[in-house]
Amino acid sequence: MKRRDFIYLTGMGTAATLIPGIPVVGRPIDPMQLLESIDLALKKRMADVALNAARSKGATYTDVRIGRYLNQFVITREDKVQNIVNTESYGMGIRVIANGSWGFAATDKLDNDNIAKTAELAVSIAKENSRLLTEPVQLAPQKGHGEVSWKAPIEKNAFEVPIKEKVDLLLSVNDAAMKAGADYVNSLLFMVNEQKYFASTDGSYIDQDIHRMWPVFFITTIDKATGKFETRNSLSAPVGMGYEYLNARPQDKIQGVTTLYRGRYDMLEDAKAGGAQTKEKLKAKSVEAGKYDLILDPSHLWLTIHESTGHPSELDRVLGYEANFAGTSFLTLDKWKSKNFNYGSKLVNIVADKTQVGSLGAVGYDDEGVKCGRWDIIKDGILVNYQAIRDQAHILGLNASQGCCYADNWSSVQFQRMPNISLQPGKEKKSVDDLIKGVEKGIYIVGDGSFSIDQQRYNFQFGGQLFYEIKNGKITGMLRDVAYQSNTQEFWNSCVGIADESDYRLGGSFFDGKGQPSQSSAVSHGSSTARFNGVNVINTSRKIG
Amino acid sequence: MTLLTKDEAFALLKKVLAYSKADECEVNLSGTNNSNIRYARNAVSTSGSVSQFQLVVQSAFGKKSGVATINEFDDASLEKVVRRSEELAQLAPENPEYVSILGPQKYAEAITFVPATAAITPKMRADAVAQSLQTAKESKAVAAGFLEDSNGFSALMNSKGLFAYNTSTNTNFSITVRTEDGKGSGYATRGYNDVTKLDTKLATKIAADKAVKSAAAKAIEPGKYTVILEPAAAAVLLERIFFGLDARQADEGRSFLSLPGGKTRLGEKLVDERVNIYSDPLNPELPTSTWNGDGRPQEKISWIEKGVVKNLSYSRYWAEKKGVKPVPGPDAAIMEGGTKSIEELIAGTKKGVLVTRLWYIRDVDPQSLLLTGLTRDGTFYIENGKIQYPIKNFRFNESPVIMLNNLEELGKPERTVSVESNANYLLPPMKIRDFTFSSLSDAV
Repeated sequence: MKRRDFIYLTGMGTAATLIPGIPVVGRPIDPMQLLESIDLALKKRMADVALNAARSKGATYTDVRIGRYLNQFVITREDKVQNIVNTESYGMGIRVIANGSWGFAATDKLDNDNIAKTAELAVSIAKENSRLLTEPVQLAPQKGHGEVSWKAPIEKNAFEVPIKEKVDLLLSVNDAAMKAGADYVNSLLFMVNEQKYFASTDGSYIDQDIHRMWPVFFITTIDKATGKFETRNSLSAPVGMGYEYLNARPQDKIQGVTTLYRGRYDMLEDAKAGGAQTKEKLKAKSVEAGKYDLILDPSHLWLTIHESTGHPSELDRVLGYEANFAGTSFLTLDKWKSKNFNYGSKLVNIVADKTQVGSLGAVGYDDEGVKCGRWDIIKDGILVNYQAIRDQAHILGLNASQGCCYADNWSSVQFQRMPNISLQPGKEKKSVDDLIKGVEKGIYIVGDGSFSIDQQRYNFQFGGQLFYEIKNGKITGMLRDVAYQSNTQEFWNSCVGIADESDYRLGGSFFDGKGQPSQSSAVSHGSSTARFNGVNVINTSRKIG
Repeated sequence: MTLLTKDEAFALLKKVLAYSKADECEVNLSGTNNSNIRYARNAVSTSGSVSQFQLVVQSAFGKKSGVATINEFDDASLEKVVRRSEELAQLAPENPEYVSILGPQKYAEAITFVPATAAITPKMRADAVAQSLQTAKESKAVAAGFLEDSNGFSALMNSKGLFAYNTSTNTNFSITVRTEDGKGSGYATRGYNDVTKLDTKLATKIAADKAVKSAAAKAIEPGKYTVILEPAAAAVLLERIFFGLDARQADEGRSFLSLPGGKTRLGEKLVDERVNIYSDPLNPELPTSTWNGDGRPQEKISWIEKGVVKNLSYSRYWAEKKGVKPVPGPDAAIMEGGTKSIEELIAGTKKGVLVTRLWYIRDVDPQSLLLTGLTRDGTFYIENGKIQYPIKNFRFNESPVIMLNNLEELGKPERTVSVESNANYLLPPMKIRDFTFSSLSDAV
C-alpha cells in the first residue's frame, strides 16, 4: 500500500473525499482467511523450483520471496461504519544475478511451470540489463541459515478480534470526541500481517510472521461564526504489536498538560481530549514568529529523526541511487571517513536497531536473508556509520551486510530501507519538567504534523498537533499556527538536553515512501523528550479571498 | 498478458452476473501490464515487469454490500466469487450512504490506447535508457532516471444493464542529471499515451544542460519574488486545488472552498480572471477514460472559469442528498494558457526566479491551502530579461490560491507529470509575483 492509496482510502488528505472505496492493494477476502497460513513444506518446494530453474538458466545467485500480505481496515466517521476491508496479496518474487547484473520478476500463479518461467524471465532481464552496467554486482558473503523461523512476539493477534468489537471501539471513540466538542471525526483501525518466506542459493529457508497495527483518528472542529476550523490527530503510534496495544494500563499513561502514552494506547481517552483540544486550538493565541527553545515530545520528535537522520544515513541515497526521486544526502562518504563530522551535539547518540521489541522494523532476518542487529549511526555527535545491504557492504569496508533490505510486497524488488533509527535517552536523570523548567522563551510540541525536507536533507520544516507556550520555565497556554524551520546539522547541534530512559517512547511511520516505482515501508523511531535551543519558528496563518 | 477485447469482456461479465442472487450486483474486470527500468550512477540498477488480472464483484442486499475478488476465470471460480461477495454483504453492517447502482449510460469512445505503447519490449526500454546514458556521459555528467510504461483494459457491468469498456496505455519518464562534482543538478519529465512521442535523448539533454548551468549557485536572500514556474513545478501546487474540488468537504466547512455559515465558494471568484481550468477526456494531448469507477460518464467540464469556481465534484451519495447532478472528480486537469514559450516569459521579466521543479510538497494549513516545499534541480536568477546566474534552492510557504491571484502571465501549455502524485496534466508555464520563499537550502 502506498501513502497516496492510504490517503484515498481514508480521506486523510486535502482530497479528503472519504470515499469508502475498494483498496487498490491485494484482493478482498473473507475475514476467516486472515487466520490461515501456507504450508511450510509447500513453500519450500515452490522455492526450490525457482532456485533450480534460475540456476539452470545461468544465474550465479538467486533469492526467492513467497509472501502472503494480509490487511484489515475498519473505517468509520461520526456514527457510521464506512468500510470494512480484508485483503490478501499472495505471490512470489524472484531475484537473480546473471552476467553480474540484477534481474527480477514476480508472479501470483504458483504452479511449477509458471514459477520456472518467472525465474527464466528474471534471468533474461538480468542478461539484457548487463550491457548497461559499469561494474558487476558485488555481494557481501552470507552463510546459509538452513531452515529457521521468526515470529513477532505479539500477545493478541488483531485478526482474531471480532470485527464487531473493533467497530464498537471506533464508534465509541467518535462519540467521545463529538461529545467533547468535535464536529467531525474519522477513525480507523489498520492491521497488517506479513507472512514471509525467504529462500536463497546460500542455503537459507526462512519463515517469518510479522504483525503491525495502527489505530488512528482525525478530529475537525469548526467555529461557525468565523468559518475557521482546527484539527487534531490521534497521539497513537503505529506499532509492531498485536491488539494488546489498545489495552492501556495506568502505568502506560504519562499525565501532564496532555496525556501521553508509552507502549500501549487509550484511544477513547485520547479522542475525548482531542475533541476538547480542537476547541481550545480555535481560541489559542497565534504564535509570534521568532527564535524559541523547543521541547519536543517523542510523539513529535520521531518524524524529525526519521527525516533528518534516518533518510540521510541511507547508503543508497549517499551513493546516488535515489537521485532521480527521493534525492541524495549531505552525509557524504568523506564526512564519514573523516571520523570527525560534527552531526550533532555531544548528547546526540543515534542507533539503528532492527531487533527492538514492539517496533515496526523488528524482524529476525531481512529480505535477503541477513540476521538483524543493532549498530551506532551517530556516536557522541559524530557520524560513524550508515545503513547498508549486501551489495553495498564492501563500499563501507564491511564483510557482512547490516540487514537493511526490504520489499513491500512479493511483486516488488527488495532494496535498502531504513531500520528503526532512534535517539538514545540522556544518561543523567532528567524529567520533562526538568527540561521545561530551564526554558525562558519556548514552545513544547506534541504530536506530528506537516513535514517537508529538501532532497539532501539539510533544510526542514515541521508542524505538530499541540503547541504550548513556555515562559520562564512554565507552560502558560496553547499556541496555534506554529511551524519550525532549521538546518539538520544546526538543529542537532542545538540539542542541549535529553530526558532520561524513563521517558523513552516509540513513534513511527506506516508509509515511508522511497524508490521508483515507489514502495512503502514501516519504521519506528524512539526517543525521550529533548530540548533544542534557538530554533526559528514561523507563523503559518494566511488568508485567501 | 493479452488484453481482453470488448466482446470477450462483455461475455465474461455476462456470465458472472448470471450467477448473482443479490438485489444488485456490479462486476469490474481489469488487466494491466506494468514494466519499468531504473538507472542511477550512469548504469541500470533495477528493472521489472508485473502483470495483474482481476475480477471484482460487489453484491448488495438493501444497503448492505460486500466485495470479493478473484484472478481465476473458470466457471467454478466465477460462481465462487459471486457467492462470497453475497456472503460478505449479508454479514456487513448497513451503510446508510449506500447508493443504488446506475442503469445503462452513454459514453464517448475514448482515445487512450496507443498500440505502439502496448508493444514496447524489454530491448526497447534498454535502448531508450542507453540513449539517455550516452547523452549524460557526453555532458560529463551522471544520470539517474526511471522509465515506466503500462497497457491495460477495464470493463464494468451491472445487474441494471450498465456496460463500460476501455483500454489505455501510458508511459512516464523522468531524468535527473548531476554534475560529477555534485554541484549542479537538472531535471526533466515527460508523460505520454503514445511512446513514439518520447525522446529520452532530448529530455536528458535538457536535464544535463540545467545541471551544468546550475553549478556554483549563489545564495540570494529569501523573500517575495516574481517566479516563472515551469509546468512540472506548477503541477505539484495546482493539483492540490484539483484534489480539493470535493463538494462535501466544502459543504461541511473544512476546505479552502468553505465559507462561514455553511456556505461555499462555488460560483464565487477565487483567483485571477485569466485562470480557466477544465477537464476533457477527449483532449488529444491528454486523453483519459470516458467513464469513472462507478460508471458515471466523464465529460468535458469546467472547474474554474474566468477565475470563478464553476463546478465542484460530488459522490453519488452527496449529490443525491444535495439534489444536484453527481459530477465525478476529474481524472486529469487542463489549464488554458497563452502562446509564449518559457524563454519568452523570461525575456519579459525584469527581476525574477526561474523554477524547474518543486519537491516535498506538504499541506501546512488546509484552510488557506498553504503549502510548503522546496525548489530543486535548476533554480536561476533572472534580471533584465535574461538568466543571470544559478541560485541556491529555497523553501517556499505559499498557497496555490494566493499564487493564482498574483498571476502575471501564462505561457503555452504542455503535458507534464506531477513528481508527487505521478498524475499527468496539461499546464502552462506561469509567471507569478510575490511568491513567498521563506528560507535557503544548501541542497543541490
